[in-house]
Amino acid sequence: MNAAAEKASWDEAYNFAYLDEQTKRMIRRALLKAVAIPGYQVPFGGREMPLAYGWGTGGMQVTASVIGPSDTLKVIDQGADDTTNAVSIRRFFKRVAGIATTEATEEASVIQTRHRIPEKPLKEGQVLVYQVPQPEPLRKLEPRETETRKMHGYAEYGLMHVRLYEDISRFGHIATTYSYPVMVNGRYVMSPSPIPKFDNPKMENNQAIQLFGAGREKRIYAIPPYTSVKSLDFEDHPFEVQRWPQACALCGARDSYLDEVVLDDKGGRMFVCSDTHFCADRQEKGHRGPMAADPAAGAFARSSDTSARKEGER
Amino acid sequence: MKSMISVSALSKEFVLHTQGGARIPVFDRLDLEVAAGECVCLHGPSGAGKSTLLRSLYANYKPSSGHVRVVHGKDVVELGSAEPWQVIEVRRRSVGYVSQFLRVIPRVPALEVVAEPARLAGVPDAEAERRARTLLDRLNIPQRLWGLAPATFSGGEQQRVNVARGFALDYPILLLDEPTASLDAANRQVVVALINEAKARGAAIVGIFHDAEVREAVADRLFEVTAYRRDAA
Amino acid sequence: MSALMLSETVTPKRQPLMRATGVSKSYGETIGCLDVSFTLNPGEVIGIVGESGSGKSTLLNVLSAQLSPDIGTVEYDLRHKGMSDIFRLSEPDRRRLMRTDWGIVHQNPRDGLRMDVSAGGNVGERLMAIGARHYGEIRAEGLDWLAKVELNASRVDDKPRTFSGGMQQRLQIARNLVTRPRLIFMDEPTGGLDVSVQARLLDLLRGLVRELGIAAIVVTHDLAVVRLLADRLMVMRHGRVVEEGLTDQVLDDPHHPYTQLLVSSVLQV
Repeated sequence: MNAAAEKASWDEAYNFAYLDEQTKRMIRRALLKAVAIPGYQVPFGGREMPLAYGWGTGGMQVTASVIGPSDTLKVIDQGADDTTNAVSIRRFFKRVAGIATTEATEEASVIQTRHRIPEKPLKEGQVLVYQVPQPEPLRKLEPRETETRKMHGYAEYGLMHVRLYEDISRFGHIATTYSYPVMVNGRYVMSPSPIPKFDNPKMENNQAIQLFGAGREKRIYAIPPYTSVKSLDFEDHPFEVQRWPQACALCGARDSYLDEVVLDDKGGRMFVCSDTHFCADRQEKGHRGPMAADPAAGAFARSSDTSARKEGER
Repeated sequence: MKSMISVSALSKEFVLHTQGGARIPVFDRLDLEVAAGECVCLHGPSGAGKSTLLRSLYANYKPSSGHVRVVHGKDVVELGSAEPWQVIEVRRRSVGYVSQFLRVIPRVPALEVVAEPARLAGVPDAEAERRARTLLDRLNIPQRLWGLAPATFSGGEQQRVNVARGFALDYPILLLDEPTASLDAANRQVVVALINEAKARGAAIVGIFHDAEVREAVADRLFEVTAYRRDAA
Repeated sequence: MSALMLSETVTPKRQPLMRATGVSKSYGETIGCLDVSFTLNPGEVIGIVGESGSGKSTLLNVLSAQLSPDIGTVEYDLRHKGMSDIFRLSEPDRRRLMRTDWGIVHQNPRDGLRMDVSAGGNVGERLMAIGARHYGEIRAEGLDWLAKVELNASRVDDKPRTFSGGMQQRLQIARNLVTRPRLIFMDEPTGGLDVSVQARLLDLLRGLVRELGIAAIVVTHDLAVVRLLADRLMVMRHGRVVEEGLTDQVLDDPHHPYTQLLVSSVLQV
């Protein structure tokens, strides 16, 4: 909180938060426009970041542009605070901005996320920054950028339903489980980045500001607080989120998004919260899942390298 | 008698641009009136212009000069200057035409070929089909052929389907181009009966009949097309 | 003197569906089409014939709002506004018109179909574009249209990539007709198809156009196609319409030297 008052606490070889001030201004202008037109993709002059595309360069530029010395940053990768990507980004901002970091959702003022929304409801004043690989929800069916721009401009979104139609005709239900398209503020169809559709309802009327950065595609879009965000569906195939028959093996939660973890090569497995902080918090408060006492599960929970919990995507 | 077709000073000349602009005059300043209930037989040797005149009455050929007027409901339509859609309307409701050969449409079954004109004129499907069945039956087309496309029919069968099509609707005006050619005696008699029934209900009929017997049975008068040849002395 | 006097009561003028006035389009020095005017009535089928480079495709592209003319106007009878210049509509209005009240059947089905979307999805797209949100109804309508164009219902979930050329063309027709347009544009609808397949397609088109009372503008170089489909014919040469009239009149009694050449060049089978 008083970091700014003291001597610079970051590596002064870099400008605060890595990007130069002009770039940050440019990005903030794009962000303002994005907030003013919820769901609309604003092009921006993306910079090269010191990591490869696909590792969160878009999200990092947004974070760098909105973060101040008094902010507290949380970074999650598929819900986990302690995976390689999350750890690296957190360390990066510690070094170039000297800001405080946290794993606790409620303590963070800025949360950069890859593919999850924390289970704990966000509050006013918090900023959620999404890393976005492909910002264009229509791209898979319409490769022409000129055409997708017109479709957004004139709100011609029939094609989006064609995508869902194809799902139902092939699988009997809408099989899209992540990057599930949403209608923002009744106007723009938007890709929520590859979060599980389980998280889609959390975007609706969220108290926090939600910012989306796509580094490779150089697009920024946003959902201001208290905005309507509806998942697209059919009357006879309404939107539904995933459900699990199990509770979290460690904390016993029944209302969180669960990852399947293989424990051995004999078919041993367990389902645990994807949101590590949420899970740990519950366990601290005395909640126990069916496998909390199991040594294998305990070893997993203590392990600092939980990259095994990732879905191996990327 | 009420006049149904009125041709005045009609001239027709073909100009063959592909053959050095050769001019082929057919008839010149031809006049013809046809009344309701009357059957006029166009007469003259081959090449006299009988078919050309008949086609001109159907607006299939455009006049070089002169007029062809026909009664269409409460109106009189001048075919030479009418809009295409008006001509189509006239053909749909007022003027029926039996050509020398059936223009076969791939895949459309005989029954549908015959029922189509009535259907297009707004006759309900069931009624149009009933009429088509009656006509095919009278013209001795075996029932097993009704559901087949006429492309594979014999010449005589195709011609009878063609005649049936022409009588599928009670047109006030009927143009018949050799309707009995390639028909046997029994079927010729059916066609004669159909023509006489049409006359009795007041249709104005213009036809080309080579068969003297048929001509004798249906024609009220002969019309000599050759009398209007430009070189006719 | 004629015994029949022309009626005093002139048949009331029809409200045209489309009217083109003095339409010209050139590409630099190359003339596309020159000073073309005509009126299309509801339910009427017009054929445009001419050899390659005669300007018939350019004309079709202008009429279907895919290309704007250098001069001239194209008016269309909009459902709620009456005759309106299609090039003065806002782009979203024009696009809406094109995917609801119009249909465009391209010569190459690849231009008119989404090859990565199932047959049912291809047919359903226009319905979803105008707000249909009931999967079961969209699918039922899709199946209904597949039957109308004689495609087997079992192919509803197959991608058009796996279809033959004739099947793709029929799917394209279903995709266009599903919103019950009042006007469809067809560019060489039988081009590139086997003769046996052509006949089937033509017969199908003829039936659908008549049954649904759709007006159509068909560009082709095949006189047999227009003989079967078109009420009226326009013959184009060097960008100009050199002859027009009832189809059978133009084909059986051609007046312009070029039309005579065209008609006499067709091999009789």
